[in-house]
Order: sequence, then structure tokens, then C-alpha cells
Amino acid sequence: MTSESDLAKRLHDDAPPETSKTASPARALLAETVTINRTAQELYDFWRDPANLAGVMENIDAIEVIDRDRSRWTVKAPAGRTVGWESLITQDEPGRAITWQSGPDADVANSGRIEFKEAGARGTVVTATIAYDPPGGTIGQFIAKLFQREPRIQTRRDLRRFKQLMETGEIATAARTRKQLEEEQV
Amino acid sequence: MRALTWHGKHDVRVDTVDDPEILNPRDAIIRITATAICGSDLHLYDGYIPTMKAGDILGHEFMGEVVEVGARSTLQHGQKVVVPFTISCGSCYHCGKHQYSACDNGNPADNQDIGRELYGQPMSGLFGYSHMTGGYAGGQAEYVRVPFSDVGPIVIPDGVEDEKVLFLSDILPTGWMAAENAQIEPGDTVAVWGCGPVGLFAVQSAFLMGAERVIAIDHFPRRLELARRFGAEAINFEETRTYEALMEMTGGIGPDAVIDAVGLEAHGFFVDNVVDQIKASMFLGTDRTHSIRQAILACRKGGRVSMPAVYGGFVDKFPLGAFMEKGLTLKTGQTHVQHFMPGLLNAIVEGKIDTTFLISHRMALEDAPKGYKMFHDNQNEVTKVVLKTDLAMAAE
Repeated sequence: MTSESDLAKRLHDDAPPETSKTASPARALLAETVTINRTAQELYDFWRDPANLAGVMENIDAIEVIDRDRSRWTVKAPAGRTVGWESLITQDEPGRAITWQSGPDADVANSGRIEFKEAGARGTVVTATIAYDPPGGTIGQFIAKLFQREPRIQTRRDLRRFKQLMETGEIATAARTRKQLEEEQV
Repeated sequence: MRALTWHGKHDVRVDTVDDPEILNPRDAIIRITATAICGSDLHLYDGYIPTMKAGDILGHEFMGEVVEVGARSTLQHGQKVVVPFTISCGSCYHCGKHQYSACDNGNPADNQDIGRELYGQPMSGLFGYSHMTGGYAGGQAEYVRVPFSDVGPIVIPDGVEDEKVLFLSDILPTGWMAAENAQIEPGDTVAVWGCGPVGLFAVQSAFLMGAERVIAIDHFPRRLELARRFGAEAINFEETRTYEALMEMTGGIGPDAVIDAVGLEAHGFFVDNVVDQIKASMFLGTDRTHSIRQAILACRKGGRVSMPAVYGGFVDKFPLGAFMEKGLTLKTGQTHVQHFMPGLLNAIVEGKIDTTFLISHRMALEDAPKGYKMFHDNQNEVTKVVLKTDLAMAAE
């Protein structure tokens, strides 16, 4: 049974909070969900190694693994520039979820969580939740352009590539030649 | 290589472009031996389909010989294959249910945004059919890169001629699925709007599935004649009031199942169609829909509506009231080609299905622009154009 207090917390309905039409949290919040036809453990194992992620994420310049919980992210920004941060895994739930947070000197402060829930014959429901501080000030303008462009669409596309790689062993491309494929990946 | 490329409304050309290469482990490169121009290619030719780019290579009905394979392809050099027009991974949930055209992974990630926006969820990739369906180069070319070649292409036994099996790529499975979606029961009367290739294969399939009568509706005498050859009764909608005729021919009951194989470019000077054409030209709605309206009105109470016809966007005046009040069932969708190919290949090899009757013209790939124009301008005579890479260009 759902307790009275839990019901009261939900206010109006049972939908995920990030789909609210009215909520305006101080930090920008987005969540995207995809179902992948693989076990939660396989998906967790892939995600647990940040070195794997550059292959499925767009705009990544480099992901440098520092130790088991820390990695250095460099992300492409307009005009040939890059932004970066150190990412620290703050909570590790093997086979179930990974939570991370950016370090103190981050160009764009961000935190996030990826969850893997077994869904029987359909595989695993994967939800990525990302919170970030929309950068302000003059220095933040080009960063804002990158991060406020369509972070939700970006995340959705990254999850689709993750799904393609895990389900099919490759990332779909419509390129006809290696040259076209390289141009797509720039 | 040489390839038929799109440059705008009524502007297609044969250009020299870079040869395709193996890019992913499951890829294969096919040297095209035969490829056809599809009625839905005319939608591209007429500029009805958005997200086309100049230089796009067209063609989604093709076959050929395997010349190169990726590390995880199951094909072998030299095999003859027919390639389905749907690009499906074979490993996602939908492919597992044999809903291949609903594949989650065939369409590249970035191209899935448009499908999600328009349809709620993106569909599979398709060869040579705009960037919404992936932006994949098509097969009206000398060579083509085929992704997921371990689940898509079907290997053709030695000694079977190209023309007998080429249509496994699209129109034969599409006509077959149209009949299957009509859930035909023995003794049924089935009405088919449109005697293009899909309609004609639906007529043939409906009889094979036990229909007692098939009524074919079109305005091109030659196409109606082809339908008659399979045993269908014909209605020429230019000479006959279709709804009234169908009611009289079915004892006032209406057909048990109706198949709309017309879709996007429904012809005919009906008031609602003219309004649709004006709206289409102003981009207020692209789907011209007289055939589906008429099919729903004619269908018997509790009957089945099958819609292989291609619709892309929104429709006006869809008779939702008639649909609901009569308790009709509608089944539709892009064809799950891979699901139907093996059974239909057997039927062809065993001589149960003939598809070669459809071919009216054979041309060299170099003559493809002429083929498009002919097909577009004369749909009575031109029922199917097959382009062959080993044919010499016709003299001017």
C-alpha cells in the first residue's frame, strides 16, 4: 500500500517529476529513458568504464580515466574550443545504477545518475537523469550555446547510440564511404 | 560508380559518385544487377516527401551479387541476393516480434528525431527514401552498401532469373501483407483500390488466401486488365459510380474487406480530392485521401480495412464516424519485408506466384531519368520499369 505521506508528496499524478509542465528547479534537469534488449548487468558493465562512453556520445573530445572512480572529460565547444570537468562516481550500485558529480573546478557543474532496471522479455529500462548549472556570465556564453542548445535531444541521441551498440554490436550510419563517415563524426 | 540521384522536383540524373565501402562489421557491398522504379519513388520525384537532399541516391527495390563483406556478415562473395527495402537490425524487441519496419536501430540516431516528432516513435531505416528514414543511399546504382546484411538480404538459389525474384524487395511482400492485413476468410469478397503493383499483388494474394471474389478499382484500362487476368472483377471509377457499383455487386452488403493500395497520390477529380490537392500544394496537409474515404464507406459493417497505401502526415475528413459506427478494423504499416521473404521466395520457386507479368519496360541504369518520366507520365502503359546494369543505353 502507498502511504498517505507518499501520496501527498506526489501532489497530482504519478508521472516522473522531470516531465512536469510547471516545475522550475534551480538547476536544469533532464531525464531520458530507453529500453535496451540486454541484461542490466551487461549495460552496467559497459557504462561503468568511462573509456567506453566516448564511442556513443557526440561532442566528446576525450575521456581520460584517472582511477576507478574519477575521469577527466573534455567536450567540444563552438569555435574550436573545449570545456572540461572532472567527474567523480559518488555512488556505485553494481548491476543497478551509477551516480556521478563534477569536481569543484568544472566549467559546467553537473551531476547525474544512470539506472538499469530489468524489464523481463523487453530487456532493461535505462534512465539517465542529468542536472547541470546553466552557465552564466560573459565567459559562459559560448558554453551556454553548447549546453542549452538541446541537451535533451543530445542525451536522447547518445542513448540511442548506446542501445544500437549494445543490441546490434555497431552504431548505425547512413554514410556510403569512409570519408563521409569521418565527416559525420567530426 | 554511376547512380541515379535526386536534385529536385522532376529532376533526377545519373551521376558519377564515390563507390560505397564497408563501414560496419555487419555490412555487405552488393553489385546491383537489377533494380526497379517504385510507385513510391514517384512521390519523391513529385516532391511530396520532405527531408530530401540534392544528390541523394534513390532506389529501394534492388538485387545483385555480393562483392564484399564485413567481418560479421553471413553472406559470401558471389552469392545472388535480393535486399529488403527496410533496414532492420534483427536484434531489437520489434525485430524479435518480426515487426521489422518498426526496428529501433536501423535508422541512425540523429535521424530518429524527425520520426519521433512526427509519429511519436521513429521507424526503421529505408533505402533511398529521404533523410527521415535514415538518408541511406539507394540501389538505383552500380553498387550499394547494405547494413545488417546478416538479417536482411535473402540468398537466391542458382538458376533463378532476376526478374522472377526482384519484387521480393518490396512490392510482392507489400501486396501479400496487405491481403494478410485484410484477414481474409474463405468466401469473402475483397475490394482493392488501386491496381498498381501493390494492388495487383494484393489481388493475387487475396485469391491465394481464399477470397471468393476480388473487385479491383482503378481508371487505367491496362491495369484493370491485369487484375482481371487473376480473376478479379473490374470497376473503372471514371466510368462507374464506385460505391453504388460495390453495393450492387455485393447484394447491398458491401465488401467484407477493403484494401487501399492508392494512398498519397490518389487521382481523380472529386471535390474532396481537389481540396486536398490545393492544400498539398500549400503544405497545409500532404495526404490526398479519396480512396481511403471511399473504402471505409463501402466496407461492410464489422468488416476489415487494410491500408498498404503510403500516407505521411495528416488527413482531413477521415470518416471516423463511419469507421466507429460500423465497427471496422484497420490494419496498416510499412511492410515487414524480412518476415515475408522466405515464404514468398518458396512460392515463386514452386511456381505458385508469378511476378514477371508486371514488367512493362526494361532499361539501362543510364536511362533511369527517362524511366522516371515515362512512369510518371503514362501509368496506363508503364506498369513497372526494371533497370539493369548490364543493358546498353538506348539510342536517342
